[in-house]
Amino acid sequence: MIGTLSKPSGLVYSTVIVLLLIAPVVISLMEHSFYLDLLTRILILTIAVVSLNLIVGYGGMISLGHAAYLGIGAYSVGIPSYYEVFNGYIHLGLAIGGSALFALVTGIICLRTRGLYFILITLAFTQMLYYTFVSIEEYGADDGLVIYQRSEFGGLLDIENANTLYYAVLVVLLLSLYLMHRLIHARYGKVLFGSKHNDERMQSLGYNTYQYKLSCYVISGTLCGIAGFFLGNFTNYISPEMMDWTHSGELIFMMVIGGTGAVLGPVLGTATFLFLEEFLSSITVYWHLIFGLLLIALVMFGKGGLHGLLSRMDRRWEKSQ
Amino acid sequence: MMLEVKGLHKQFGGIHASRDINLVVEKHGVHAIIGPNGAGKTTLIAQLSGALKPDAGRLRFDNTDITHMSRHRRAHAGLVRSFQITSIILPMSVLENVMLAVQSTEGHSYRFWAPVSQDAELKEKAMQSLSEVGLGNRADQMAGEISHGEQRQLEIAMALALKPKLLLLDEPMAGMSKEESANMIELLKQLKGETTILLVEHDMDAVFSLADTTSVLVNGHIIATGSTDEIRNNAEVQKAYLGD
Repeated sequence: MIGTLSKPSGLVYSTVIVLLLIAPVVISLMEHSFYLDLLTRILILTIAVVSLNLIVGYGGMISLGHAAYLGIGAYSVGIPSYYEVFNGYIHLGLAIGGSALFALVTGIICLRTRGLYFILITLAFTQMLYYTFVSIEEYGADDGLVIYQRSEFGGLLDIENANTLYYAVLVVLLLSLYLMHRLIHARYGKVLFGSKHNDERMQSLGYNTYQYKLSCYVISGTLCGIAGFFLGNFTNYISPEMMDWTHSGELIFMMVIGGTGAVLGPVLGTATFLFLEEFLSSITVYWHLIFGLLLIALVMFGKGGLHGLLSRMDRRWEKSQ
Repeated sequence: MMLEVKGLHKQFGGIHASRDINLVVEKHGVHAIIGPNGAGKTTLIAQLSGALKPDAGRLRFDNTDITHMSRHRRAHAGLVRSFQITSIILPMSVLENVMLAVQSTEGHSYRFWAPVSQDAELKEKAMQSLSEVGLGNRADQMAGEISHGEQRQLEIAMALALKPKLLLLDEPMAGMSKEESANMIELLKQLKGETTILLVEHDMDAVFSLADTTSVLVNGHIIATGSTDEIRNNAEVQKAYLGD
C-alpha cells in the first residue's frame, strides 16, 4: 500500500504515519492541546473521506449527501446520552445499524438513477434528514444537544481522555485504510472498478452491478457512520448543522485534493484542507476568498490530487534510478 | 433448438425497429443475420441479450422462457453477447479484462480480502481464452493501448471465457482492416465447432464464408431465412438488400 519506502510517495506517507503515531506525545510536551484537537478532527474526517472515496473513486457514484452519515453517527451518541444511556457499544451499534439502514433504503432508490440525478437525489435525502432533525424540538431542533459525557466502554477504553480518543480514531482509520487496500485488489473491488468504467459490459458479463454498487454504498455509509460516532464524541455536541450539504461538499473537496481513487489520498486531502482552513483563518478574516482560490488552483492544476503529484514524482524518481 | 424468437415487437416512437420477428436458431453452427443499415439488427441483439425490453413477443433459450430474464442472468444461462462498438474496460490490462469474465462464472464476487493478482487459477483460465483468440502475447498490456483489431479479439475472448452456449456477435468485423477481418473469420471458423453463434454482420464475404443459415432483416422484419445459396438466389432478398 505504501510501496518502497525510499520512493517520494513512500517517504511522504510513512512520515505522515509516524508523525500521527507520535503526535500526542509531542503535543503534550509542547502543551498545545489545541493541536491535538485539530489532529483528532482531521483523523475523524479522514475516515469519512475514505468512505466517500470508496463509492466515488471505486464505485463511480458521486454522492453529495455523505454528511448524513456523520449526522446519524453523531446522533447515535447524542440521543441515547440525552436519555442517560452512555453505553458505548449501544452508541456504536446504533451508529453502524442506523447508517447501514439509511444507506440501504436510500441506496435502493438512488441507484436507480445515474450521473447528475444520482448526485441530486443523494443531496435530497440528506436534506430530508437535516430538516427532520431541525423539526424535532425534543432533541434541540436546530440548536442541537450538548453531550455531557462521552461513550463508555466499560473499563476497556476511556475516550474522555483526549489521547485515548485520538488513538482510538487513529486505529479505526488505519484499519479502514487497510480494508480499502484489500478490498480494491480483491474480486469485489475488480467488479466495482469494472462497473465504474463500463457498467453495460459488466452486466453482459453476468454481473448484477446494481447489487454490487448497492453493497458498496452501504459499506461506505456504515464506515462514515462510524466517523460520525467519533465526531459526536469528539465535539461533545450534536446539531443538524453537521448534516448540512456544505459539509458533504467539503468531504468531496478533501477527497479531490488528496486524489480520488487513491487509497491514501484521503489522508493527504483532509489534512491539507483542514490545516489550510486553520492557517488562513488565523491570518485574515477574508480567508474564505484565498481558500477558495487555492482550492480552484488545486483542482485545476493538480490532476489526480496530491496523490497524483506524488505518483508523478515517483515515476521521475524511478527513471533517475 | 437453441433460441426461439416469437412475434417480437419493438417500437421507438413512430419507428418499428422490430416487427413480428420470428426466428429459430438451431444448435451448433453459425446463424447469420444480415440486413441494410437501420434494419434493426442491433435492436434485435439488444432484446436478445436483455438490454432492451420487447413491447411484445416471447424468447425461449435452451428450453427456458427468458423473455423477462435480466441481462446478467441471461449471461449466466449461457447467452453471451459481444458489442458492435468495442466495449471493454480500458483502464485495465488485457488479462484483467478476461479475468473479470472468468470471475463471473465462479459464483458471487463478494470476496473482499484475497488479491486477484495472486489467483493463479483465475489467471490461467483467462490466459486460455486469450490464447484461443491469439492474444496471449498482449496479456499485460493495457486494454486501451492495443490496436482496434486486437480489442475486437479481446471482446471475443471475454465472451468465450463465459463458456457461452450461444454467442451473439454484433458486427465483430466492424471497423477492421481487410487483414484483421480475415483473421477474425479464421477465428470464428475455429469457434464454430465449440458453440452456437448468432452472427449479425455487414460484411457479406464473412457471412457467406461462415454462415450455415442466414436470415435477412429489412425494416425490422425478417423477409427470408435459408441456406447461403438460397439467400443469394432469393429474388426478394436481392431486390431489398443485395441491390442487383
